[in-house]
Parts: sequence; C-alpha cells; structure tokens
Amino acid sequence: MDPTSPPMIEVRACRQAYHKDASADLVVLDDVNLELHDGEIVALLGRSGSGKSTLLRIVSGLLPPTEGTVLWRGTPMLGPADGVAMVFQSFALFPWLTVQENVELGLEARGVPRVRREELAEAAIDLIGLGGFESAYPKELSGGMRQRVGLARALVVHPDLLLMDEPFSALDVLTAETLRTDLIDLWSDGKLPAKSVLMVTHNIEEAVLMCDRILVFASNPGRVASELRVPFPHPRNRLDPAFRQMVDDIYGLMTRRPTAEPRAATAAPVSPLALPLQRIGTNLMSGLLETLAADPYTGRADLPALAASLQYEVDELLPLGEMLQLLRFAAMEEGDILLTESGRDFVNADVDGRKQMFADALRAHVPLVTMIRQVLDERWNHRASAVRFRDELEDHMSPEYAEDTLRTVIGWGRYAELFGYDEEAEQFNLDDIG
Amino acid sequence: MPARIQRSPNTGRRLPNVWDAAAILCVVGALVAITHAARGTMAGIDAPGATEISLDPWMLPEYALRTTLRMFAALFFSLLFTFTYGTAAAKSRRAGLVLVPILDVLQSVPILGFLSFTVVFFMGLFPGQVIGLELAAIFAIFTSQAWNMAFSMYQSLTTVPSDLREATRSFQLSAWQRFWRLEVPFAIPGLVWNTMISMSGGWFFVVASEAVSVGDNTWKLPGIGSYVAVALDQRDIAAVIYAILVMLAVILAYDQLLFRPLVAWSAKFRFETTAGATASDPWVLRLMRRTRVLSAAGEALSRGAGFIGGLRMSFGSAPAVSTRVSSRTIDVVWIVALVAVLGAATWRIVSFASAELSLGDLGEATWLGLITLARVAVMMILASAVWVPVGVWLGLRPVWARRAQPVTQFLASFPANLLFPPFVLFIVHFGLSADIWLTPLMVLGTQWYILFNVVAGAAAFPGDLKEAASNFRVSGWLWWRKIIIPGILPHYVTGAIAASGGSWNAAIVAEVASWGDTKLVAHGLGAYIAQATERGDMPRVVLGVVVMSGFVVLFNRILWRPLHAFAGRRLSMD
Repeated sequence: MDPTSPPMIEVRACRQAYHKDASADLVVLDDVNLELHDGEIVALLGRSGSGKSTLLRIVSGLLPPTEGTVLWRGTPMLGPADGVAMVFQSFALFPWLTVQENVELGLEARGVPRVRREELAEAAIDLIGLGGFESAYPKELSGGMRQRVGLARALVVHPDLLLMDEPFSALDVLTAETLRTDLIDLWSDGKLPAKSVLMVTHNIEEAVLMCDRILVFASNPGRVASELRVPFPHPRNRLDPAFRQMVDDIYGLMTRRPTAEPRAATAAPVSPLALPLQRIGTNLMSGLLETLAADPYTGRADLPALAASLQYEVDELLPLGEMLQLLRFAAMEEGDILLTESGRDFVNADVDGRKQMFADALRAHVPLVTMIRQVLDERWNHRASAVRFRDELEDHMSPEYAEDTLRTVIGWGRYAELFGYDEEAEQFNLDDIG
Repeated sequence: MPARIQRSPNTGRRLPNVWDAAAILCVVGALVAITHAARGTMAGIDAPGATEISLDPWMLPEYALRTTLRMFAALFFSLLFTFTYGTAAAKSRRAGLVLVPILDVLQSVPILGFLSFTVVFFMGLFPGQVIGLELAAIFAIFTSQAWNMAFSMYQSLTTVPSDLREATRSFQLSAWQRFWRLEVPFAIPGLVWNTMISMSGGWFFVVASEAVSVGDNTWKLPGIGSYVAVALDQRDIAAVIYAILVMLAVILAYDQLLFRPLVAWSAKFRFETTAGATASDPWVLRLMRRTRVLSAAGEALSRGAGFIGGLRMSFGSAPAVSTRVSSRTIDVVWIVALVAVLGAATWRIVSFASAELSLGDLGEATWLGLITLARVAVMMILASAVWVPVGVWLGLRPVWARRAQPVTQFLASFPANLLFPPFVLFIVHFGLSADIWLTPLMVLGTQWYILFNVVAGAAAFPGDLKEAASNFRVSGWLWWRKIIIPGILPHYVTGAIAASGGSWNAAIVAEVASWGDTKLVAHGLGAYIAQATERGDMPRVVLGVVVMSGFVVLFNRILWRPLHAFAGRRLSMD
C-alpha cells in the first residue's frame, strides 16, 4: 500500500438526510470523510442502523449523497461506476439464472463477447471454489455456496474496488469462517482480482481478522468515530493476546457512553421523546440480568467473553446492554457490563415484584411511557391512538426507529402492566390494568 | 393534542355518539330499500311495471339497487356452496376424488352460454313469476363466483399447518369446533381475496343475465343490464352514459363500504407471527369500531358466532378405526358407482347430440373455436405488450404502485359490457369490419388483471436484486430479458390466466353486438353460441359451449398450467 499515491476513492464531507415534512431532516450520515487507496482492505464497523450500509451505497454510486462529494479516481462519481462491484448480505442472486449466468451477468452488461465471457466466468468460478456448480440454480445451493456465487459474480469483472455489505452475517459461524479464510488467503497470495476491498460489518473479530484499517462508526447520526490501523500480518491468530487486546479495545470504544457533543452542535432543544429504543424483549433482559448475577460472572462480565459464551454478536449484545443501562439495571464501561444495585434486586424479586420494579424503572427513565400513561389517565375513555405518539416520535427519528421504539414501549408497558394495547384499533388503553 | 370531547367518566360510556346517528340512518335506509326491491321480485311477470324498463334516468338508482341485491344474493349462495362443497372435497378423500376435477372443469366452462337453459329451467319452476327470472339471473352470477371461492376453501383446508391441527386434536376439539376455531379462520384471507375477484367478475354477468332472450321470448329484469339493453334497442346513447355513471358509483360504493373493510379485517387471520407492515384501516372499518351501536352489534354477533362455533358438535365420525379391508371394499364400490354414472351421462349426451347434430356441426364449431382462439391469443399478446411495460414502470415506483393498485382493481371489476355500446357506435359510424374491431371488446374488461398483477409483481421485486442489477450496470434489453421479466413472470402468469379465461367468456357477448336495427356479427365460437341461443337452438348451444370448454381446458393444460408450474419452480424467490 502506498499512502502517498492519490486515493482510489474519496468521500468528502458527505451527509445523507431524508427530508421529512414539518420537521427537521432525519440525518443518517453526517460529515463523513473517507479515503481508500489501492491495495488495502478497510472495514466499516458499526452497529446496525448506524448508516454504514448507506455509506457503502454512496461509495458504490447506487445512492447519491444529499451533500458532499464522492471522487472516483479523481473525478466526481455519477451513478454506479465501472470499477466497483458489490457483494450483498442477502446474496442478491437472480433465482432464475444458473450460477454461470449469474456470474456472467456483469460481463454481459458490458458487452463482453460470449466466448470471452465464458472464459472469465469459468476462471472466477474456479478461483472461488465453485467448480462443478456451474449449471446449478441458486435455490439448490447452501448459504455458503450462494455467497461464493455472489463473490464470483463481483470478482469476474476484475473490479478496482470490491464492496462487501455484511457478506458473512447471513451465514452460520463455521461457514462464515471458511469463507473469510478463503478470501484472506486469496488476498494475501495476490490472487484476488480486486485492488481494494471495503467491507461493512458489525462483527469486531471479523474486522480485526481481515482488515488493514477499521473505521468505527457511531450512530445517530452516523459518522466515523475513530480510525484504527490493524498492525498484524496475515494469517492472523484470533487467540494471539495482541489480537484479543485489540478486540477488547474496540469493544470499549463501542460501549463508551455517548458524549453530548454531536447533539450540542445542532443547538436544538432535545425532546424527551428523542430516545430511540431497541426492540429488546423483557425475557431477554431478565435472562441477561440472571446470567450476570450468576456464576461465573457474579455481577461483572467482559463483553467479548460474554458474547462468545452466549454465541451473540456485538450487534445483539450491545443494544441489550444499552437498554439495561437505560433502565439502570446494568451499566457498561470499558468493554465490561456490570450489574447495578437495582439490577440485583430485580433478579432476586418474584414475578410481581419484578413487574413492579420494571414499571418503576420505566416511569423514571423512559419519558415516552410516562407520557402515554399520563394521556390515558386524563382521557375520559382511557384510550389514546398510537398514531399520534408515532407521529411525535417521527419528528425526532426515522420512521423505522419510531416503529421499533413504539413496539418496544408497547411490549414493555404490557409487561409492566402500565397500559394495554389494542392492535386492531391501534390504541393504547387501560382495559387490562387492574 | 386534540381537544377532549367530554369528561363524564360514569355516564359517558354507553351514550350514543354522532357516529351512531349516522350509522342508524344508514342501516334503516338500507333496510327500507331492500324491502322495497324484494317486493318487486314477488310480482307476477305480467304485473304492470314488473319487467318493463323505463329509460328515465331517475329510475336508475332503483335499478342499481336491484342489480346489487342480485349480486349479494348470489354471493350468499356462493358462500353456502363454498362452505359445503369446498369442505366436503377437502374432508373426504372419496368425495374429493370427484369433486375436485368437477370444480376444475366448471371453472373453465363459459357460463354465459348456459344462460338460456337456466332461464328456461327456472321459469319452469315458477311459471309466470318474476322470481323465476330473478333466480335465473342469480344462478348465472353464482356460477361466475362460486368455483374459485370453493377452490380457495379447499386449498386452505388441505394446507392447514399440521402443528395447529395437532394442537386442536390434543385439546380434544370436536370436528365442528375445529372447523370454526382453526380451519375457517385459516381459510379466511384466501377466501376474502377470492370473493373479491369473484365479485369483480360477477358484475359482468349480472349485467349480461338481466336481459335474456330465448327463442321468441325476451325477458328483462329491472336492473342496470336491462336498462342498457333497452337503451341499445332505442339508440339512446345518453341513457347508456347514465348507466355507466351509475355503475361507477355503485362499484365505488361496494369497494369502499364492503371490500376495503373486509380485506383489512381478514388481515388478522393471516398466518404470520411477525406483524407485517399494514396499510391504514379503511374509513368504514374505523367507523364501525368507533360507533358504539355498531360495535356493540358486532360484538353481539361475534359472541353468537363464537357460541355456535364452540358447540361440541361433530359432523364427521370419530377418528376412523375401520379396518383396511372394509375401507378398500368401499373404495371399489365407490369407483364402480362413479364409472356407472359417467357411462350413463356419456350415453345421454351422445344420444341427445346424435339426434340433432352431425359431424359437420362439430367441425364448424371447432373451426369457429380456432378463430376465437386466434382472437384471444392476439388480444392477449397486445394487452401484454401494452400493460407489462406500464405495470413494471408503475410497480417499481412505490408511490405510483400504491396509487395504481385500487384503480386497476376498480377497472377490473367494472362490467366491461356496459362499455361496449360506445365501441359499437364507433364501428357502425365508420363502417369498420366487425371481425377485427369487435375483437378488442373481449379484453376490455380482462386486460386489467394483467396490469394489476404485473404492478404487484414489480412492486414485490426484491430491492437487493434491483441494487445488484444496477451495481453491475445491467440495462436496456438485457435488463428486461434477464432481470425484470423473469422476476414478474409468476405474477404475470396469474394475471394472464384470469385474463384469458375471462376473454373466452366475454367472446359470447363481444362477438355479437347491435345498435338499434344494425347487427354486428364477427365470425367465432362466441357468436355461434349467441346466435344459437337467440334461435332457441339448444343442441347447437350445447355443442358450442362444450367445444369452448374444451378449448379453455386445453389452453389451460397446454399453456398456462406448465407455465405456472415453471414460474413457481424456477422463478420464484424461494
């Protein structure tokens, strides 16, 4: 890698916002800068919903940014570029085309003559270990084989930049590991027909295992929070203490309590409703609290170790921890999660006691719950439409977040017996509340 | 925050609100209108005004009401049929052996051809009474609605998830309870959807079946169809336009008042544990939920239904413990009986036909059938060439797709035969060839099925595949060939099957048209059947209908079935 050469792709002051009428724009990405050079593998690491996939689509030219520029080899990028190929999380294979036809698609679009097309496709298929599957349809293949087709399809056009959008997250652990190793082997042997790779992932170990550089993403709005260089040579050993230390450090980075800095910049008054909730069920919360209270953790656990033993990804564990932290049942610091006093009380309480404590925590720390209950108490018929709360939430977050938040509040409120919900009428009520 | 309406927690709860007043008015008004219309059906056929049609536009609301009531009467019988026939076919293996193929054939028979028989039959049952004609019309509509509804019921009942079936068994629900607690709810989404499709087709038949002439007799039931028929006789284009406008209003009302709420309601029976994104509730459903009297009535109704469904009745016998041998004996007896019935039927048909028909007649009907086949094929190709690109364009733009969906549904349910007169006028005016220019009438009403399904298919096209195609810069003809056409084909085939079946049926009314004394006749099997009906030539009507059924069945078996199977196997997303 030669950092002095001009970058292959350059994203400058990129901002992506969705316009929503009657309120401020919803900012998905804010002031993102990114440079990619020939010969490097870079990871965009972040939680789901942090906007990293949006950034990948901007880099690929599929999505024009609201503001800022994308320069592809020095010239502004307008639409999907010739030297960029993408691998999709969902594979995105055309079910009516055979493996061979799927792989040839990109070549066909460029008008490569049939004979040459077949040669190139054959080479890519063999390189990626798909020989023998040429005439199979995607439906007949396992997930791992399908993603190999996705890789072959991207590599057959010999792209300068290979983009991968969480390429292994739809695969089981063992299959994902095989694909990662195969890809890295090709890369280190110089056999991978791509000059650079940019991959989106939420898996910390995957990023440390494969990449030269990691851009850690923060959410809401999405932005690059920190940039790390991975100094280890390939092949890397997951058990190497230095490797583990790096994974631990990144966990710490990702669990660091959000500072008020990005909010302060907008200078707008922060509504108590501007608090997106993650769809975490109460059973899951109780389960984690009980696990933390029991041996071997007895109140404090190292997040990477906990994730490994529970077979969870960062993406699943961090939101869970955050929601527990929000309700003050647990706290996260420096890559650890620890049980609070009220968390311990919760674990020791019986069913009704837990519900009571949960209700108290909700009233104290989730303004939306307080607001819903207040409206219900005031109304003569003790009913309130969910639509108005959704609308208010949407003033502060994207419609998807608003929906998640509302769903979460419904589940939590029902569990705590603070209010009921009529799905058909989309109304909160006090019908089932004794 | 919206203003609070009232603050009387104790007394306020059961007081009727403004919505109730509106609702009561609507309900009472509807009852009065229905009674009035029902009285008309009991009159003698020669009673003054019983079968006389006035072209006064102010009579149209009453005619529209009578037409609509016929629709709903037929719908009632269709539901009855669905719940008995469909259930029997699914529950009994032996019954299914016969009932399912019969249903399959009935689906492909051009029912319009039978109109003359049924009129004669029902007039024989109630000589000299309007009710005979009414029943004939209702029967015609019934035959256009019932088959696919029964099929949907049959399919749902045979695909009830086995874990739910086991659960009902382990809780020892009786067969009756299982039927109402599990099987019917499971079947409802499919049934509601098929009812909607049936109703759309029904409007076409209700219009066609109101004015019937057999031989020298012409009967006209008060209704929109008869109104248009009289208007055509008297060359009154203004009256035709009035009728079209009233029909538009009626269909809009039925769509808004009945089917939007029904479809939204049926969504809760969908067998999904994840809550999908649902469209907002239609206003009628909201009204019903907010109106106290209506929602109380609804609650009482559902409690009553719950009570009946909860009875520990059992219509099937207890789980069969009969031995294999006796079961096989019954099988043999059953099949022997079937063969005997089939043989008798064949003999009856052959003896009936051979007395009146020659091989030459069969040849003529087949030749005319081929002409109509060519018409259907050409029109299908033209309709596809126009509507597939339009549908793809609309479907890929979510905003447009959402706007187009109700419009296409509406167009598909509008009885196209009401739109024939302007076309006929056009042809007469310019002296065009009937053989060519009557042809588009066949797809006038059915082309929307293609558009509707293509829009749905394109709208459901996965976003990641769209992105992949765009990332690899697939465009132009390659994009159509490799990306979008295979992607929408399963949906397209579904639409094309409905469209081509409907076009065959429409041929009977589309290949012959008249404007006052001017008669336009195209060569084809539809015209053959229509003219034989007019002459009262029963054997040739039968021959025509049988040949047409044969064409439809063959067309289905040779083209659509394999294409549908291929699309399901190769092109579906998983």
